[in-house]
Amino acid sequence: MARAVTTQKKIMWTALAWAFGLLMFFPILWTFLTSFKTEAAAIADPPVWFLFDWTTENYAAVQQRSNYPLALMNSIIIAVGSTILGILLAVPAAWAMAFVPGKRTKDVLLWMLSTKMLPAVGVLYPLVLLAKWLGVMDSRILLIVVLMLINLPIIVWMLYTYFREIPGEILEASRMDGASLKSEILYVLTPMAVPGIASTVLLNIILAWNEAFWTILLTTVDAAPLTKFIAGFSAPEGLFYAKLSAASMLAIAPILIMGWFSQKQLVRGLTFGAVK
Amino acid sequence: MATAHSKSAARIMIAPAVIALLVWMLVPLCMTLYFSFADYRPMRGVFDAWIGFGNYASFLTSSSFMSSLITTFWMVGGILSITIVGGVLMALLLDKPMFGQGVVRILVIAPFFVMPTVSALVWKNMFFNVDNGLFSYLYKFLGMQPFDFLSQAPLFSIVIIVAWQWLPFATLILLTSVQSLDSEQLEAAEIDGAPALSRFRFIILPHLSRAITVVILIQTIFLLSIFAEIFVTTNGAFGTRTLTYLVYQRVLESQNIGLGSAGGIVAVILANIVAIFLMRIVGKNLDN
Repeated sequence: MARAVTTQKKIMWTALAWAFGLLMFFPILWTFLTSFKTEAAAIADPPVWFLFDWTTENYAAVQQRSNYPLALMNSIIIAVGSTILGILLAVPAAWAMAFVPGKRTKDVLLWMLSTKMLPAVGVLYPLVLLAKWLGVMDSRILLIVVLMLINLPIIVWMLYTYFREIPGEILEASRMDGASLKSEILYVLTPMAVPGIASTVLLNIILAWNEAFWTILLTTVDAAPLTKFIAGFSAPEGLFYAKLSAASMLAIAPILIMGWFSQKQLVRGLTFGAVK
Repeated sequence: MATAHSKSAARIMIAPAVIALLVWMLVPLCMTLYFSFADYRPMRGVFDAWIGFGNYASFLTSSSFMSSLITTFWMVGGILSITIVGGVLMALLLDKPMFGQGVVRILVIAPFFVMPTVSALVWKNMFFNVDNGLFSYLYKFLGMQPFDFLSQAPLFSIVIIVAWQWLPFATLILLTSVQSLDSEQLEAAEIDGAPALSRFRFIILPHLSRAITVVILIQTIFLLSIFAEIFVTTNGAFGTRTLTYLVYQRVLESQNIGLGSAGGIVAVILANIVAIFLMRIVGKNLDN
C-alpha cells in the first residue's frame, strides 16, 4: 500500500515539475519552432504549433545578411580570447593563493570580488575616451581586454576554490622526491587542475558570449558580436519574426549546450563559494 | 628559506592579476571622479575643469534622478520578489522524487543562458506585441481585448523578461541549498505530525535563509546594471529609465559628461552599499 502511494505521489510531482519546466522553456521552444516557419506562418492567427511546412529558408536568409558571419566570428574571438587571457592571468594567481596562502590572501580575494561590483556605467565615459585615445574603439582587442577584466575576479575565485581542493600532501610528497617547482606544476598539479580549469573556461565563455553592456556600447560594426547584431533587429522591417527567431537560435544554441554541461559549476562560479 | 622563496614566487604569480584589476578599477574611476567635478560637454565645446559639487547638486535634485531611483527600486524589487518566491517553490519541487529530474532541471535552467538581447527581443515581439504576440492571441482566445504590454505596462513587461532570465539562477542556488538539508530532521518532524506548512516555516526556510540572502545580494548587484533589456525594448521611455540607464543617456546620448559622471559616482556608491553586505557573508565563509 505504502509503495502505491509513493508512486502515485511521484507521478504527481513529475507532472507538476514537467509543467513548470516546459513553461520556463516555452519561449525558447517557441523561438525554435518559429525559426522553421515561413514569415506568414510565424504570425498566423491562430498560432500554428507543429503542423506547418518546416523550412530552413530563414537560416539561409540570416547567413546571407552581410554582417552575420562577421558577428559570429567576433563573438567567438571575443569570448574565447577574453577567456584565454583571463586564464593566463588567473591560474598563477589562484595557484599561489591556494597553495602559498599569506596573511593577506583573503583580503586580496575579497578585493578582487569587489571590483566585480563596480557598476559599468560608473566607468563608461572614461572607457570610451581611453579607447578613442588608443585608437581601439570598435576593435576586438578592446572587447577581449574589457571582458577579460570584468570576468577576471570570477575566474580567479573559481580556480581558487578548485585548487584548494587539491590535497597539499601530494605536493609535499613530490617535493620530497626532489621535484622542482616547474615539474611540480607541470606533472603534479596540472593533471589535477585540468577539470577545474575546464569548468572555469566553460562558464567564462558563456558569460563573455552573453555580455551585453560593453559589447553594445563599445562596438559599431567591425567588432560587433552577436549581442549587438541581434539588438539591430529591434527596428523591424516588415515581416521578420521567423528571421529574428532563426538569428536568435543561431546566437543561443552553442551556449545553451555549453550551459547545460556547466550547470553545476554555475553555482560555484557565481556565488563565490558562499553556497555549498 | 624554502618558504621565503615560495612566498616571493607567490607574490610574483599574483601580481599580474592584481595589477590588471587595480589599473582597471582605479584609472577609469579616477577619471569619472575628475569629470564629475567638471562642466564638460564636448558637443558644445564646453570644458571647465572645476565647478565643485555643481554636477552632484543638479543630478541629485533633478526630477529624473528621483524617478530613476523609484524605477530602479520597483524593477529590482519586482524581479527579486518573483525570482525568490518562484525560486524557493521551484527548488522544493525539483527536490521531490520524480521521473526525468535531469531533463526538467535542464529545461528550467535554459533561460539563464539566453543572451539578454535575444530574450528581450523574443519577448518584445513574439509575446508582448499587441498585433502578433502570443499573449494577444491568448487574450483574444479568452474573449478579452488584447493588452499592449510594452506601452501600457512597460516596467512590468521588463520585470517579466528579466525575472524569466534570473529565475533559473535563483532556483539552481536554492536547489543546491535544499539538497544539503538534513532529511532525517524533516522525517522526524513529519512523523511527529508537523503539518507541511510549519515544516516549511520552521525547518526549510531557516535552512534556506543564507542561500536566499546570497541570491538577493548577487542578483541585486547584477540587476542594478540591467541595460540590454531596456535598450532593445523601451530605450528608457515610459518610466523604465533606471539609474544605470539615466547615467548612460547623460553620458552617451546628451553628452553631458560632467553630469553623467556625477551620476556614475552616485551609482558606484549605491552599488557599494549592497556589496559590503555580500562581502561580509562571503568573507565569513572563507574562514571555514
